[in-house]
Amino acid sequence: MSLLREPDFGTPAREGAATVELTVDGIAVAVAPGTSVMRAAKQAGVDIPKLCATDSLEAFGSCRLCVVEIDGARGTPASCTTPVSDGMAVRTQTEKLGRLRRGVMELYISDHPLDCLTCSANGDCELQDMAGVTGLREVRYGSGVDAGANHLDAPKDTSNPYFDFDASKCIVCSRCVRACDEVQGTFALTIDGRGFDSKVAAGAGGSFMESDCVSCGACVQACPTATLQERSVVELGMPTRSVVTTCAYCGVGCSFKAELRGDELVRMVPYKDGGANEGHSCVKGRFAFGYADHPDRVLAPMVRDSIADPWREVSWEEAIGFTARRLREIQAEHGVGSIGGITSSRTTNEEVYVVQKMVRAVFGNNNVDTCARVCHSPTGYGLKQTFGTSAGTQDFRSVARSDVILVIGANPTDAHPVFASRMKRRLREGAKLIVIDPRRISLVRSPHIEAAHHLQLAPGTNVAVVNAFSHVVVTEGLADREFVAQRCEGYEEWAEFIAGEEHSPEAAEEITGVPAAELRAAARLYATGGNGAIYYGLGVTEHSQGSTMVMGMANLAMATGNIGRDGVGVNPLRGQNNVQGSCDMGSFPHELPGYRHVGDDDVRGIYEHLWGVDLQDEPGLRIPNMFDAATEGSFRALFVQGEDIAQSDPNTQHVHAALAALDLLVVQDLFVNETAKFAHVLLPGTSFLEKDGTFTNAERRINRVRPVMRPRTGKHEWEIVCELSQAMGYPMHYESSAQIMDEIALTTPTFAGVSFEHLDRVGSVQWPCNEAAPNGTPIMHQDGFVRGLGRFVETVYVPTSERSTRKFPLILTTGRILSQYNVGAQTRRTANVAWHPEDLLELHPHDAEVRGIRDGDLVALSSRVGRTTLRALLSDRMPVGVCYTTFHHPVTGANVITTENSDWATNCPEYKVTAVQVALTTEQASVREELARDRTRVGS
Amino acid sequence: MTATVPATVRLANEIAVQFHHRDPDAAAAEIATHLRSFWEPRMLTALYAHVDAGGDGLDDLAVAAARRLRAGG
Repeated sequence: MSLLREPDFGTPAREGAATVELTVDGIAVAVAPGTSVMRAAKQAGVDIPKLCATDSLEAFGSCRLCVVEIDGARGTPASCTTPVSDGMAVRTQTEKLGRLRRGVMELYISDHPLDCLTCSANGDCELQDMAGVTGLREVRYGSGVDAGANHLDAPKDTSNPYFDFDASKCIVCSRCVRACDEVQGTFALTIDGRGFDSKVAAGAGGSFMESDCVSCGACVQACPTATLQERSVVELGMPTRSVVTTCAYCGVGCSFKAELRGDELVRMVPYKDGGANEGHSCVKGRFAFGYADHPDRVLAPMVRDSIADPWREVSWEEAIGFTARRLREIQAEHGVGSIGGITSSRTTNEEVYVVQKMVRAVFGNNNVDTCARVCHSPTGYGLKQTFGTSAGTQDFRSVARSDVILVIGANPTDAHPVFASRMKRRLREGAKLIVIDPRRISLVRSPHIEAAHHLQLAPGTNVAVVNAFSHVVVTEGLADREFVAQRCEGYEEWAEFIAGEEHSPEAAEEITGVPAAELRAAARLYATGGNGAIYYGLGVTEHSQGSTMVMGMANLAMATGNIGRDGVGVNPLRGQNNVQGSCDMGSFPHELPGYRHVGDDDVRGIYEHLWGVDLQDEPGLRIPNMFDAATEGSFRALFVQGEDIAQSDPNTQHVHAALAALDLLVVQDLFVNETAKFAHVLLPGTSFLEKDGTFTNAERRINRVRPVMRPRTGKHEWEIVCELSQAMGYPMHYESSAQIMDEIALTTPTFAGVSFEHLDRVGSVQWPCNEAAPNGTPIMHQDGFVRGLGRFVETVYVPTSERSTRKFPLILTTGRILSQYNVGAQTRRTANVAWHPEDLLELHPHDAEVRGIRDGDLVALSSRVGRTTLRALLSDRMPVGVCYTTFHHPVTGANVITTENSDWATNCPEYKVTAVQVALTTEQASVREELARDRTRVGS
Repeated sequence: MTATVPATVRLANEIAVQFHHRDPDAAAAEIATHLRSFWEPRMLTALYAHVDAGGDGLDDLAVAAARRLRAGG
């Protein structure tokens, strides 16, 4: 494919029927009311010259290049700021207009370097293009220094690791400033000065890196010249071809154009037709792809007999043969159930599907689980119990119709930044915001946004808060009785339960620390403020009552009728790129693909017939169960696909003990990660740039992941799994990943209409995609719940057993930041380390002061299970008594601190509540080194 | 420390405490259903063994659920 250039309509689309008819240069066109003349012209096939306009931004009307003549109208209005009207006759090419446009261009060029041939934007510069289309042949004022005062010596800002700001090439069109405001919502840029002195400034006039810039790339994308330019383009040159694919970072699942020169990836540009992101991006997806060719990549298989031995590089045949033989030997000695596998949310649906198939059909058990166990497994449980299926109810676009947005235990500006930009746009338009979080996340107060309520609850008390909301709804007569009567069951019993005084805001205040009056006000706002939408993250699920809380939110949404239409819903913000997909693909030990229990004879029969084997009808081990069974000796071998459980899972010491107890650990990954240090076999994996398959994002959108380059290892990951299965005696073979998707579609009703061919034709679909909904289902439960009637479930608040004590008086919560991703295996191998080179402990100044801790001090963080050291960051974002850290760096090993506590229904770890103590220290202990010493002892 | 409690006991207790507000029979039935749906057989075997050994530290509802489940209920 050649370089894909998407059309730019100049101004954003307007919703509505095309009822306004006009002519542009004699060509008839009909558009929606409110559409600009510029956009209408483009729709008629007429390009009007422009510089300050682009269709991701509202019209600005500053460059005066897009002037037109309109019959009956005076002067030459700017087509970008002039809305269409019925019967309008527009002329875009007249002698007068040509003269005006050339005059404008002369002024621009008189203060612009004439270095087109050596400019990094050569061939991709709108100023250059406009000089051409306006027929500019001379500049009467001269150019450069000959033209008098100019900006040609303006300094270049190279502070950002990914893009340069060359002020000498700036035409002050404000597109970058408006992109930062309108698209990203950060407001980091401004135009400083007036008239000739006007210039783009980051923050208070410092460098980009010193400003509030979040490096989303929206300004670079919007810039019509080389003023804001990707460093990679400066260094490598313009790309020549594009491949549309899907980001492999968070659960937003942004579509990108991977732009290459030959086989060299030059840049990732957000794709305007991407349903999830519609042309926006964040610092990770836009820029942090360098890990894919990092020298740490493992490209050849490696084996070793003992983890104390050095790795030995071997052929694929030897690695697969060794693995197959050892797995069968272990099963022969310890039983069929002594081995299992873990799938990864970083891999494609097709890659996940074959691993779960290998476990069920070849290993002969259901010991397969996925990393969603430690993030959104309570979502699966809770939404299935109440709505009937494990999925968010809305598409991302839906937030544009929300009136009250309830953000619970999520930090979207850091963890789901592209969706956060959509949300912030709606909040700036006037939607009300309620945040339920112990931390004052950025969203609580940011440019032009202020939460109506920030309920700063004590960690671990979510259920008490959501019950108080429902109590207010029921006892104050705010329930949508018509919706409940038609669409739900169990309401009366639940209403009686929730109306109990123990669920009142006054009772909840005692538990949560949130004033009752504020709880009542927030509940009333959600119930009565129009479309109420719930967005939640791991601050909901990673608790001892994670599943209960998910059901509590579902209760609240059903009781208020906030389900089944645009602008409402219950929406999990998934952590990794394919969490939804890995769960859909049957990765849980109790469920076959499509969330169907292994005990269902009919469902099992589908696979037994197709796969030609008998399948186990009882659940397998979950990840924490595997660790327990490994330390007890009944679980002896594990296949880990693309996860770093040694760093990401809680209670590191227990995890390490379990991994060290295994007779065989097989890791399929890009790098020798922390888990691989316990492995006997390392099967090199492929980066997202090499994969061919699909990811399913948090809105159930199935997106194509297209290969940008051939697998650097020589094999796709699914091919390796097939070869391993064959070596174990089971004939598993596919010609392509498309064929795997065909099998998924054949056997999974919600995927029945999905194929690569269909996706390539329509772009993406949101499941269910079947005969009834061939182009997918953006909003679920519109006419009825998946389970028929929505089910109210009683959600009793039960305090966690993890409580602060005299020895451990503080509560630690863990989470993520914008620039790093999960365990950091990818982002730590990019320039993103410039923003977050180490994990820090956020601590309230009061808690710091009583311990003699100052900002930046080295502190020891200890819990009942472990200890680590890190630097303190004093912040009143934390309430007194609560501290916070991230888990991106193995040297810190935050999960040395977290405990074995977990959600009662799913065993999702209770990452968000750990009793800890913090103290000054002078001894920098490396968790990695200490654990390595333990490992050496185990291995020797 | 809870870490010294057998994993199956700890996990069963975490489930049982969620049902303390319910009628004991109904609670035991729900817990049994949950265990049947989500627990791997060796974990159930370990739970039964612990019940047979006196059920030390095991929530009464978890004991009742285990007995009900083993009886096919």
